[in-house]
Amino acid sequence: MNQPVEITAEDLVELRIPCRAEWVALARLAVAAVANRLRFSIEDIEDVKLAVAEACTAVIQHANHGEAIALTCETSLDALRIRVRDAGRHVGDRARSIDLDEARIAGLGVFLIRTLMDEVTYDVDPETGTDLVMVKRLHGNH
Amino acid sequence: MDIKVNVREAPGDCYVVDLSGEIDVYTSPKVKDAIGEIIDRGVYHLVINLEKVRYIDSTGLGVLIGGLKRVREHGGSVNLVCTNPQIKKIFDITGLVKIFGIFESEDAAMKALV
Repeated sequence: MNQPVEITAEDLVELRIPCRAEWVALARLAVAAVANRLRFSIEDIEDVKLAVAEACTAVIQHANHGEAIALTCETSLDALRIRVRDAGRHVGDRARSIDLDEARIAGLGVFLIRTLMDEVTYDVDPETGTDLVMVKRLHGNH
Repeated sequence: MDIKVNVREAPGDCYVVDLSGEIDVYTSPKVKDAIGEIIDRGVYHLVINLEKVRYIDSTGLGVLIGGLKRVREHGGSVNLVCTNPQIKKIFDITGLVKIFGIFESEDAAMKALV
C-alpha cells in the first residue's frame, strides 16, 4: 500500500467495477489505499473496507449483473466520503424469492455499514438502482 | 484474494476446519461447500479455526450461521477460534459472540464442544 501523504485539498478518486463478486476485493483495496493516504488508523481503514464491500455485495445480490458499480471517493482534510452507485434495474426480492435467512444476512450487511461509518444515506430504487453515500471521519486516533 | 480450506479429523468425533485468507461474497461459497460436506457426512461438532483469516464480511458470517443452524438441528455445535481483533470486532458488533463459542486457541475450542 502507498505511504501516507499530506492531503492538502479535496481530491476525487473514481472506480468502476463489473457487477460481479470477483471484483469486490479490488474495490476494498482501492478504498483502503485512499483511506491510508488520509492517514486513517488501521482499524478505521478496515471499517471502510468492510463497509464498501458490503455496499458492493448488496448491489451484486440485487442488481442485474450486466451493470457496473461506480465508486466515488471524495477526500477532504478530515473525512472520506464514498458513494456507491449502480444504474441497473434491480431484480425485486419477491421476483428473486429470497428466503428469510438470506434477507437476514442482507440486513446484517446494511447494519454493518451503518455501524462502521459515521454517516450513511442509503437509497435503493427498483428503477434507478442503488445510491449509497457514506462518510468516515478522521478521528485523530492514528 | 483467495481462501484456503483444510478439513481434518480431530479426537472426539469432531472435525476442525482451518480457514486461511479472505471470506467475502466471492470466496464464501467455497467455505459453505466445505462445511456442508462435513455436515452431510454426519459430523455435527465442528471447530472452525479463523486464526489465519484476514477478512470476513456478512456473506462469510452467513455461511458460519448457516452451518451452526444445521448442526444444531442434530444437537451439534460450532466453536470458533479467533484471535484477529478486527474479526472479533465484527462478531462483537453483530452480536454473534452470543451465539458462537469464540475461543483464543484450538485446544480451548475443542474442550468446550458440547
